[in-house]
Amino acid sequence: MARAVVNVPPKAKRGDIIEIRTLVGHVMETGFRHTQTGQPIARNIITQFVCTYNGAEICRSDFSPAVAANPLLIFTTIATESGTLEFKWTGDNDFVMTASASLAVE
Amino acid sequence: MTTRREFLAAAGALLVTLHPRESDATPAMMQEAVRKVVGDAQIRTGKVKLDLPPLIDNGNVVPLAVAVESPMTPTDYVKAIHVFNERNPQPNIISVYLGPRAGRARITSRIRLADSQTITAIAQLSDGSFWQTTQDVVVTVAACAEEIS
Repeated sequence: MARAVVNVPPKAKRGDIIEIRTLVGHVMETGFRHTQTGQPIARNIITQFVCTYNGAEICRSDFSPAVAANPLLIFTTIATESGTLEFKWTGDNDFVMTASASLAVE
Repeated sequence: MTTRREFLAAAGALLVTLHPRESDATPAMMQEAVRKVVGDAQIRTGKVKLDLPPLIDNGNVVPLAVAVESPMTPTDYVKAIHVFNERNPQPNIISVYLGPRAGRARITSRIRLADSQTITAIAQLSDGSFWQTTQDVVVTVAACAEEIS
Protein backbone atom coordinates (compact mmCIF):
# COMPACT_ATOMS: atom_id res chain seq x y z
CA MET A 1 0.00 0.00 0.00
CA ALA A 2 1.31 3.25 -1.02
CA ARG A 3 1.76 6.00 1.45
CA ALA A 4 1.65 9.78 1.32
CA VAL A 5 3.58 12.09 3.60
CA VAL A 6 2.69 15.75 3.89
CA ASN A 7 4.58 18.20 6.00
CA VAL A 8 2.68 21.34 7.01
CA PRO A 9 3.68 23.45 10.01
CA PRO A 10 1.04 22.89 12.75
CA LYS A 11 0.90 26.60 13.65
CA ALA A 12 1.48 29.82 11.76
CA LYS A 13 0.95 33.55 12.17
CA ARG A 14 -1.70 35.14 9.94
CA GLY A 15 -0.08 36.32 6.73
CA ASP A 16 2.99 34.11 7.03
CA ILE A 17 4.17 32.21 3.99
CA ILE A 18 4.35 28.54 4.95
CA GLU A 19 6.14 25.79 3.08
CA ILE A 20 4.22 22.61 2.26
CA ARG A 21 6.17 19.47 1.45
CA THR A 22 4.41 16.50 -0.12
CA LEU A 23 5.75 13.06 -0.93
CA VAL A 24 3.78 10.07 -2.18
CA GLY A 25 4.92 6.49 -2.62
CA HIS A 26 4.51 5.49 -6.28
CA VAL A 27 6.67 3.66 -8.86
CA MET A 28 5.95 6.20 -11.64
CA GLU A 29 6.55 3.50 -14.28
CA THR A 30 7.32 5.43 -17.44
CA GLY A 31 5.90 3.05 -20.04
CA PHE A 32 9.16 3.27 -22.01
CA ARG A 33 10.92 0.41 -20.29
CA HIS A 34 11.13 -3.24 -21.40
CA THR A 35 11.75 -6.49 -19.60
CA GLN A 36 14.77 -8.60 -20.59
CA THR A 37 12.55 -10.58 -22.96
CA GLY A 38 11.52 -7.39 -24.75
CA GLN A 39 8.02 -7.06 -23.32
CA PRO A 40 7.05 -3.43 -22.84
CA ILE A 41 6.12 -2.46 -19.27
CA ALA A 42 2.83 -0.56 -19.20
CA ARG A 43 2.77 3.04 -18.06
CA ASN A 44 1.64 3.55 -14.48
CA ILE A 45 2.09 7.10 -13.23
CA ILE A 46 0.39 9.72 -11.12
CA THR A 47 -1.00 12.29 -13.53
CA GLN A 48 -2.42 14.99 -11.30
CA PHE A 49 -1.99 16.50 -7.85
CA VAL A 50 -4.36 18.99 -6.24
CA CYS A 51 -4.08 20.80 -2.91
CA THR A 52 -7.04 22.66 -1.39
CA TYR A 53 -7.04 24.94 1.65
CA ASN A 54 -10.48 25.01 3.33
CA GLY A 55 -11.98 23.90 0.03
CA ALA A 56 -10.23 26.45 -2.20
CA GLU A 57 -7.61 25.19 -4.62
CA ILE A 58 -4.16 26.62 -3.91
CA CYS A 59 -1.92 24.39 -6.00
CA ARG A 60 -2.43 21.95 -8.85
CA SER A 61 0.17 20.02 -10.78
CA ASP A 62 0.31 17.79 -13.86
CA PHE A 63 2.95 15.07 -13.70
CA SER A 64 4.50 13.30 -16.70
CA PRO A 65 6.62 10.12 -16.80
CA ALA A 66 9.64 12.41 -16.36
CA VAL A 67 8.75 12.96 -12.71
CA ALA A 68 10.92 10.70 -10.54
CA ALA A 69 9.51 7.75 -8.59
CA ASN A 70 7.84 8.73 -5.30
CA PRO A 71 6.89 12.20 -6.51
CA LEU A 72 8.01 15.08 -4.32
CA LEU A 73 6.45 18.51 -4.61
CA ILE A 74 7.28 21.45 -2.36
CA PHE A 75 5.33 24.69 -2.65
CA THR A 76 4.16 27.56 -0.45
CA THR A 77 0.96 29.22 0.63
CA ILE A 78 -0.08 32.17 2.77
CA ALA A 79 -1.59 31.21 6.14
CA THR A 80 -4.94 33.02 6.05
CA GLU A 81 -7.19 31.13 8.47
CA SER A 82 -7.21 28.01 10.61
CA GLY A 83 -8.45 24.98 8.80
CA THR A 84 -7.62 21.91 6.82
CA LEU A 85 -5.39 21.35 3.84
CA GLU A 86 -6.48 18.46 1.64
CA PHE A 87 -4.15 16.75 -0.78
CA LYS A 88 -5.19 14.44 -3.59
CA TRP A 89 -3.15 12.52 -6.13
CA THR A 90 -4.80 10.73 -9.04
CA GLY A 91 -3.25 8.60 -11.75
CA ASP A 92 -3.27 5.61 -14.06
CA ASN A 93 -5.13 2.42 -13.11
CA ASP A 94 -7.60 4.43 -11.00
CA PHE A 95 -4.90 5.41 -8.54
CA VAL A 96 -6.21 7.75 -5.86
CA MET A 97 -4.35 8.84 -2.74
CA THR A 98 -5.52 11.46 -0.30
CA ALA A 99 -3.97 13.11 2.72
CA SER A 100 -4.88 16.02 4.94
CA ALA A 101 -3.25 18.27 7.49
CA SER A 102 -4.67 20.82 9.89
CA LEU A 103 -3.21 24.26 10.36
CA ALA A 104 -3.83 26.61 13.29
CA VAL A 105 -3.48 30.29 12.38
CA GLU A 106 -3.18 32.81 15.17
CA MET B 1 24.55 -27.83 -31.20
CA THR B 2 23.85 -24.30 -32.42
CA THR B 3 23.74 -23.74 -36.14
CA ARG B 4 25.00 -20.56 -37.70
CA ARG B 5 21.42 -19.63 -38.62
CA GLU B 6 20.18 -20.04 -35.03
CA PHE B 7 23.11 -18.02 -33.76
CA LEU B 8 22.39 -15.15 -36.13
CA ALA B 9 18.70 -15.16 -35.21
CA ALA B 10 19.57 -15.03 -31.51
CA ALA B 11 22.11 -12.25 -32.08
CA GLY B 12 19.50 -10.31 -34.03
CA ALA B 13 16.94 -10.69 -31.26
CA LEU B 14 19.49 -9.50 -28.72
CA LEU B 15 20.23 -6.41 -30.82
CA VAL B 16 16.54 -5.57 -30.96
CA THR B 17 16.14 -5.83 -27.19
CA LEU B 18 19.30 -3.82 -26.56
CA HIS B 19 18.22 -1.01 -28.83
CA PRO B 20 17.82 1.85 -26.39
CA ARG B 21 14.62 3.68 -27.37
CA GLU B 22 12.39 3.72 -30.39
CA SER B 23 11.39 7.34 -30.10
CA ASP B 24 13.05 10.20 -28.30
CA ALA B 25 11.82 13.72 -28.00
CA THR B 26 13.70 16.16 -30.17
CA PRO B 27 14.16 19.92 -29.79
CA ALA B 28 11.42 20.25 -32.44
CA MET B 29 9.02 18.14 -30.37
CA MET B 30 9.83 20.30 -27.37
CA GLN B 31 9.01 23.44 -29.36
CA GLU B 32 5.69 21.86 -30.31
CA ALA B 33 4.89 21.05 -26.67
CA VAL B 34 5.87 24.58 -25.65
CA ARG B 35 3.59 26.06 -28.34
CA LYS B 36 0.71 23.92 -27.06
CA VAL B 37 1.02 25.64 -23.69
CA VAL B 38 2.03 29.12 -24.78
CA GLY B 39 -0.01 29.47 -27.97
CA ASP B 40 1.11 32.37 -30.14
CA ALA B 41 2.35 34.47 -27.22
CA GLN B 42 5.91 35.73 -27.24
CA ILE B 43 8.25 34.16 -24.68
CA ARG B 44 10.69 36.56 -23.09
CA THR B 45 13.88 35.57 -21.31
CA GLY B 46 14.24 36.40 -17.62
CA LYS B 47 12.37 36.45 -14.30
CA VAL B 48 12.62 32.65 -14.01
CA LYS B 49 15.38 30.94 -12.05
CA LEU B 50 15.99 27.25 -12.72
CA ASP B 51 18.02 25.32 -10.19
CA LEU B 52 19.41 21.97 -11.35
CA PRO B 53 22.76 20.34 -10.61
CA PRO B 54 25.01 20.95 -13.69
CA LEU B 55 26.49 17.44 -13.48
CA ILE B 56 24.06 14.61 -12.77
CA ASP B 57 25.32 11.21 -11.67
CA ASN B 58 21.92 9.51 -11.74
CA GLY B 59 19.27 10.64 -14.19
CA ASN B 60 16.56 8.77 -12.28
CA VAL B 61 16.41 11.29 -9.45
CA VAL B 62 17.35 14.84 -10.31
CA PRO B 63 16.46 17.60 -7.85
CA LEU B 64 14.72 20.49 -9.58
CA ALA B 65 13.72 23.90 -8.23
CA VAL B 66 12.07 26.70 -10.16
CA ALA B 67 11.59 30.18 -8.74
CA VAL B 68 9.95 33.14 -10.46
CA GLU B 69 10.40 36.80 -9.57
CA SER B 70 6.92 38.03 -8.77
CA PRO B 71 5.25 40.04 -6.00
CA MET B 72 2.46 37.38 -5.92
CA THR B 73 -0.30 39.92 -5.26
CA PRO B 74 -3.92 39.35 -6.39
CA THR B 75 -3.24 41.50 -9.47
CA ASP B 76 0.28 40.39 -10.31
CA TYR B 77 1.09 36.75 -9.79
CA VAL B 78 2.46 33.63 -11.44
CA LYS B 79 -0.27 31.46 -12.90
CA ALA B 80 1.78 28.46 -13.89
CA ILE B 81 5.27 27.04 -14.13
CA HIS B 82 6.05 24.53 -16.89
CA VAL B 83 9.27 22.55 -17.30
CA PHE B 84 10.30 20.99 -20.62
CA ASN B 85 13.17 18.85 -21.90
CA GLU B 86 14.46 18.00 -25.36
CA ARG B 87 15.84 14.47 -25.09
CA ASN B 88 13.61 12.38 -22.83
CA PRO B 89 11.06 10.15 -24.60
CA GLN B 90 8.48 12.92 -24.04
CA PRO B 91 9.06 16.68 -23.94
CA ASN B 92 6.90 17.52 -20.90
CA ILE B 93 8.24 17.16 -17.37
CA ILE B 94 5.95 18.94 -14.94
CA SER B 95 3.39 21.76 -14.89
CA VAL B 96 2.44 23.45 -11.63
CA TYR B 97 -0.49 25.87 -11.42
CA LEU B 98 -0.23 28.46 -8.67
CA GLY B 99 -2.21 31.54 -7.68
CA PRO B 100 -1.85 34.67 -5.58
CA ARG B 101 -2.38 32.53 -2.47
CA ALA B 102 0.95 30.80 -2.99
CA GLY B 103 2.74 33.82 -1.51
CA ARG B 104 5.96 32.92 -3.26
CA ALA B 105 6.44 31.47 -6.74
CA ARG B 106 8.84 28.68 -5.98
CA ILE B 107 8.45 24.93 -6.48
CA THR B 108 10.73 21.99 -5.82
CA SER B 109 10.45 18.46 -7.20
CA ARG B 110 12.52 15.55 -8.44
CA ILE B 111 12.64 14.55 -12.10
CA ARG B 112 14.12 12.03 -14.54
CA LEU B 113 16.50 12.88 -17.37
CA ALA B 114 17.43 10.45 -20.15
CA ASP B 115 20.38 12.33 -21.59
CA SER B 116 22.58 15.41 -21.39
CA GLN B 117 20.42 18.23 -22.67
CA THR B 118 18.97 21.69 -22.19
CA ILE B 119 16.10 22.08 -19.74
CA THR B 120 13.62 24.91 -20.22
CA ALA B 121 11.38 26.42 -17.54
CA ILE B 122 8.54 28.71 -18.60
CA ALA B 123 6.41 30.85 -16.28
CA GLN B 124 2.98 32.15 -17.20
CA LEU B 125 2.13 35.41 -15.44
CA SER B 126 -1.31 36.76 -14.59
CA ASP B 127 -0.96 39.49 -17.23
CA GLY B 128 -0.64 36.81 -19.91
CA SER B 129 3.09 37.17 -20.51
CA PHE B 130 5.47 34.22 -20.64
CA TRP B 131 9.02 34.21 -19.32
CA GLN B 132 11.61 31.50 -19.67
CA THR B 133 15.07 30.36 -18.74
CA THR B 134 17.19 27.42 -19.82
CA GLN B 135 19.94 25.38 -18.25
CA ASP B 136 22.34 22.83 -19.74
CA VAL B 137 22.87 19.64 -17.77
CA VAL B 138 25.24 16.71 -18.21
CA VAL B 139 23.79 13.31 -17.33
CA THR B 140 26.14 10.36 -16.83
CA VAL B 141 23.61 7.60 -16.03
CA ALA B 142 20.39 7.96 -17.99
CA ALA B 143 16.88 7.29 -16.77
CA CYS B 144 13.72 6.03 -18.47
CA ALA B 145 14.94 3.32 -20.77
CA GLU B 146 16.92 0.77 -18.80
CA GLU B 147 15.81 -2.87 -18.84
CA ILE B 148 14.49 -4.63 -15.83
CA SER B 149 14.24 -8.37 -15.37
